[in-house]
Amino acid sequence: MENQNKFTLSRRNFIRTSALASGGLLIGFNFLTSCGETAAPPVDISKLDFKDFNAFIKIAENGYVTIFSPNPEIGQGVKTSMPMIIAEELDVPWDHVSVEQGALDTTNFSRQVAGGSQSIRFGWDALRQTGATAKQMLINAAAAKWGVEASTCSASNGIIKNSNGDELGYGDVVNEAAHLEIPEDVALKTTKDYKIIGKDAINVDIDAIITGKPLFGLDYVAENMSYVSVIRPPAFGQKINTFDDTAAKAVNGVSEVVQFGDKIAVLASNTWAAMKGKKTLKVQWTNDSNLENTADHDAELFKILDGKNLEIRREDGNVKQAFAEADKVLERTYESPFLPHNCMEPMNFYANVTADKVHLVGPIQTPAGTARRIADLINRSEEDIHLEMTRMGGGFGRRLYGDFALEAAEISNLTKQPVKVIFSREDDMAAGIYRPAIKYRIAASIKDGNVTGYHLKEAAINSNMYGLIPHFFPAGAIKNYKVESGNYQSNITTGAWRAPYTNFLAFAEQSFFDELAELLETDPIQLRLDLLKNVKDGEDPNIQYSAKRMTDTINLVAKKSNWGNTKDGIYQGFAAYYSHNTHVAEVVDITLKNGLPLVEKVTVAVDCGIVVNPTGAKNQVEGGVIDGIGHAMYGDFSFENGQPQHVNFNTYRLIRMKETPIIETYFVDNNLSPTGLGEPGLPPAGGALANAIKAATGQLLTKQPFVKSIQKYEANLKV
Amino acid sequence: MASYNLKINGKAVAVTVDDDTPLLWVLRDELNLVGTKFGCGIAQCGACTVHLDGTAVRSCSIPMASLEGANITTIEGLSDDKLHPVQEAWKELDVPQCGYCQAGQIMTATSFLKQNPNPNSEQIRTAMNGNLCRCASYNRIEKAVALAAKKMS
Repeated sequence: MENQNKFTLSRRNFIRTSALASGGLLIGFNFLTSCGETAAPPVDISKLDFKDFNAFIKIAENGYVTIFSPNPEIGQGVKTSMPMIIAEELDVPWDHVSVEQGALDTTNFSRQVAGGSQSIRFGWDALRQTGATAKQMLINAAAAKWGVEASTCSASNGIIKNSNGDELGYGDVVNEAAHLEIPEDVALKTTKDYKIIGKDAINVDIDAIITGKPLFGLDYVAENMSYVSVIRPPAFGQKINTFDDTAAKAVNGVSEVVQFGDKIAVLASNTWAAMKGKKTLKVQWTNDSNLENTADHDAELFKILDGKNLEIRREDGNVKQAFAEADKVLERTYESPFLPHNCMEPMNFYANVTADKVHLVGPIQTPAGTARRIADLINRSEEDIHLEMTRMGGGFGRRLYGDFALEAAEISNLTKQPVKVIFSREDDMAAGIYRPAIKYRIAASIKDGNVTGYHLKEAAINSNMYGLIPHFFPAGAIKNYKVESGNYQSNITTGAWRAPYTNFLAFAEQSFFDELAELLETDPIQLRLDLLKNVKDGEDPNIQYSAKRMTDTINLVAKKSNWGNTKDGIYQGFAAYYSHNTHVAEVVDITLKNGLPLVEKVTVAVDCGIVVNPTGAKNQVEGGVIDGIGHAMYGDFSFENGQPQHVNFNTYRLIRMKETPIIETYFVDNNLSPTGLGEPGLPPAGGALANAIKAATGQLLTKQPFVKSIQKYEANLKV
Repeated sequence: MASYNLKINGKAVAVTVDDDTPLLWVLRDELNLVGTKFGCGIAQCGACTVHLDGTAVRSCSIPMASLEGANITTIEGLSDDKLHPVQEAWKELDVPQCGYCQAGQIMTATSFLKQNPNPNSEQIRTAMNGNLCRCASYNRIEKAVALAAKKMS
């Protein structure tokens, strides 16, 4: 997708202007409509009003620009990078721009969903067009004022000039511009003229973050609000039999105890009292369905892999025949546990259900869908729901699910008062919507020194790989190729977790390719490059990775990591993966200390097209890679009798600074449209790490977390 | 319930709360100083780090009963009108992603640099090991602590 692609939406469908009563120009546009793959512009544009727009640019009479962004900010940096794209085409100095979280109103804004590393990819054209349209309106207004042709004028850095040498600031013409027609077919900049895109812009919320200003859901307070702690069934498969709240009600500060469904809410005048009250509740739980164990899940998933009832997700050629004719066959099984998200900010939400309206405030990635579910739950019209989003203390997929917001709304509805539900860490980890436990079995056939067949089976709890994942590499690179999947339905709740499915699939496949290379007596990177030569870009519409872009990315990481030319004592492992429209290749460097592996450095090459904000982009890559290494190494979550075996950070291990390698990030330099970065850095990390450990110690790792398989790893860290 | 007199960010403050209430919830719920974050409640993550007489402590695990007369500094009181050099370094290196843990990281770093104004990389990594960052901004935290040390020397 070339950068200079013609924009296809009509400007009128997503832009509207107005004069501000206080002076200045307001331009409304649809931020998220333009960012959604399937969202369509409104059908009847004559009925468009400002309420149909979910984002605004305000240009004041002093020329300063405010961009109101409704996009959820979970740490992925879009609150900075998306306004940068507008400012670039509007052509204003970045330090004249301020960004505010737009007030959210689900009554009027019905398309506010974000996620899947797609904001930048889908926003790119519309955001540029919006900025360029605004700039052209200002030029037209200045031209009219001067009585010259607009084509003889130009604008840059917030100043409009004509051929006579006259100058006007944007602020000087905003009131006139507000009354002009919206221009069509405005020109976009070419990449060589970029002044903001491609330059580091510090996170727009930086000052508030480092000085501790209220920003997050947990920081929100309202008058007369009760703090609420909720007790939920301790095991999946249990419900309430009876409970005694005498002691809870006696806790100083506790005002009310109320049951809703199979949960009990303790309302109090402060968080501590609510949490204390919850701890003193005496609840008898009864079994409602199976209390499941990880050992049983393992057996069920193996049964699926061994069985014949898998669903075919992609099939090319004749895998059976390729295996029958093979000289050699390699088969491996890879295993992963459930994973909790563990956002640093525990789940929380504020709700105030009154006769007039339902006021909701908190951290949520899916405000529109959550508002609809709440309307259904408490039997209210959607027009009554007013939902505001806060900055989010991490998401990783967990805040796609609005269960905590529904709880708050239900409790407020029952008790007729404003409430804020606050999960403790134990609540957050034990009432999770986990990355499902998954097992892969991969087999490949080799004949005459070539990989002739590839067969991958997936067995997962509750759900399986979706969409185009079965068409990711090596689909298209191996003639006989088959991907199948099956699942086991559990009562343990599962859902999206940063880079769903590929967060583990990439490890399995990329480890497998290393073993294949060994079997073929070829360099692991060379094997990937050879396989990519079999792929013709654009031939199969389902195959969206580009062999050319992946090859370039791999070559860049090989060069930057000194692949094959390292100092003695450094062992390297390689992995490459395409996900969320971005190509990533990684090389992990490890050393051995007392015979045990220490992760020193990860060299990363990324092709995400044009890098909008390099500092933000690198932050995403660094975080994604370390997250991938941390969970591959330590992430362990299991169930006994339906009960999670870890509920806090004393036993659930997250990667910490001492275990963290240095990440070096390099971007493939090209002029292609930008793609997302919130997720793609993560999937290759586990595979590159496993391959490095194998290179150093000979140990093959097929099961996460690795720490359980690496003897005395703990002891090593203490040396 | 009992009354406690504290000095918080240089100001005398009196609160009446239960003896076992952790400092964290007094700061957040009673005094509306919400820059100090709740992460785990068991002193494992460091999001709630504040200074007690200049030393970094986990406010989620210190009950008010032990704090009569204590001198507390929170992220809100780390600097008066301009940024502390540690905050400046955090800004210069664009450290945060989601930002939730960063106040705790900054409070740990400022206390550490007071004890060790010229740390090496290993000492920084050890000092900051108790503070979790789920977004894994660790590389930048490490660099920012080193940069802050340079700024303060």
